[in-house]
Amino acid sequence: MSGVRVLVGTRKGAFVLTSDGKRDRWDVAGPHFGGWEIYHLKGSPVDPNRIYASQGTGWHGQLMQRSSDGGKTWEAVDNKFVYDGVTSTHQWYDGTPHPWEFKRVWHVEPSPTDADTVFAGVEDAAMFKTVDGGKSWHELPGLRTHGTGSKWQPGAGGLCLHTILIDPTDHARMFIAISAAGAFRTDDGGSTWKPINKGLYSKYIPEPTAEVGHCVHRIAMHRSRPKTLFMQKHWDVMRTDDGGESWTEVSGNLPTDFGFVVDVHAHEPETIYVVPIKSDSEHYPPDGRLRVYRSRTGGNDWEPLTKGLPQQDCYVNVLRDAMSVDTLDACGIYFGTTGGQVYASSDAGDSWRAIAEHLPPVLSVEVQTL
Amino acid sequence: MIRVELPPHLQTLARVGPEVELDVRGVVTQRTLLDALEAKYPVLRGTIRDQVTLKRRDFMRFFACSEDLSHESADAALPPAVASGAEPFMVVGALAGG
Repeated sequence: MSGVRVLVGTRKGAFVLTSDGKRDRWDVAGPHFGGWEIYHLKGSPVDPNRIYASQGTGWHGQLMQRSSDGGKTWEAVDNKFVYDGVTSTHQWYDGTPHPWEFKRVWHVEPSPTDADTVFAGVEDAAMFKTVDGGKSWHELPGLRTHGTGSKWQPGAGGLCLHTILIDPTDHARMFIAISAAGAFRTDDGGSTWKPINKGLYSKYIPEPTAEVGHCVHRIAMHRSRPKTLFMQKHWDVMRTDDGGESWTEVSGNLPTDFGFVVDVHAHEPETIYVVPIKSDSEHYPPDGRLRVYRSRTGGNDWEPLTKGLPQQDCYVNVLRDAMSVDTLDACGIYFGTTGGQVYASSDAGDSWRAIAEHLPPVLSVEVQTL
Repeated sequence: MIRVELPPHLQTLARVGPEVELDVRGVVTQRTLLDALEAKYPVLRGTIRDQVTLKRRDFMRFFACSEDLSHESADAALPPAVASGAEPFMVVGALAGG
């Protein structure tokens, strides 16, 4: 019998939820690193017991942790993230130049081929890489020093590189997203990058169709169609079918197209999920009803999924890294809330139940199918 | 031996109790003390002071002998009672956050 392991990063520690393939009964282990913010943790596709975690607090800064036994025990690895060469400036909130300063690691993306190789997306926005299991990190400076870097501006959460997608058919091709700069693509393993934001329209920047400056909250890919990406932007749900060369809006009949998460069904590349949030000034579901919306047509036509989710007085948020899917035959969908619940569906979203409650606010959810 | 008190999170990280002892050669200053602390417990690098600039992190404070030494020069000699081990050098997390 296969199993599922859900890695949950929260404001006050990490939790590891495990179940067998039936996904009926869940064991909750943790908190690991109690009291620390765990922005993200993710396992290696090569060795699922190798897990990397981003640990931090305002007091003690950034640490990185590594587990080699599926999250039971951890060892601290190198936490020195130093930008390559002379750092330049990006825009500050008031439009003035502001020097690049490392603050935290938002996202870790283990390599699909080597358990010791991991990419890290950080704030202030840049991409780092380790090839020795976290013993040392070095920047891939081509992204930060891209010609548009001086125009990047932090979103409310900071100038963060929060999404890293590796093309499963060509590992030199990667897609990343930065709030609030936009989406970028490399075709050479991270040496050079290009903005891929054509078709995005953002009313909150002076030039709504600018090359950069868009607050992309999340992008997602199905491994069978790496040129097709889905995006939850600050406002608008978008898709591209040409690797980001052009985007079209697929918000369709969503009650609001603001939100943070977007993900794709493990076996149906046109089945996608979002969690609409009321607005950029009210970060909770419309009408106090927590609804996942599913489109089986790659967008535009959306259906609300409510069975098992609170349908009154619910005012939680679902943050950008807090949704994931398993790869069992009946695809499981998982998401965590700022109210400390982790919801799971073992029938592709038709019904839901909380598999953990009363956790600290959830920052990230990653799923391993074992 | 120099005595250093650590806040709970750093005790957990370093896998030590509330107080550790250090052998510091030469003049005992914040810098030489923290150099010795980080050499003995490498996991603490970056958690008390920035790894590159060596500036004290904003929410960390240094107390000793009922004095706040946080804003003293990193190269100023620490009180004789700290250097002799009579009093601990306290690394304290500032009151902040929730």
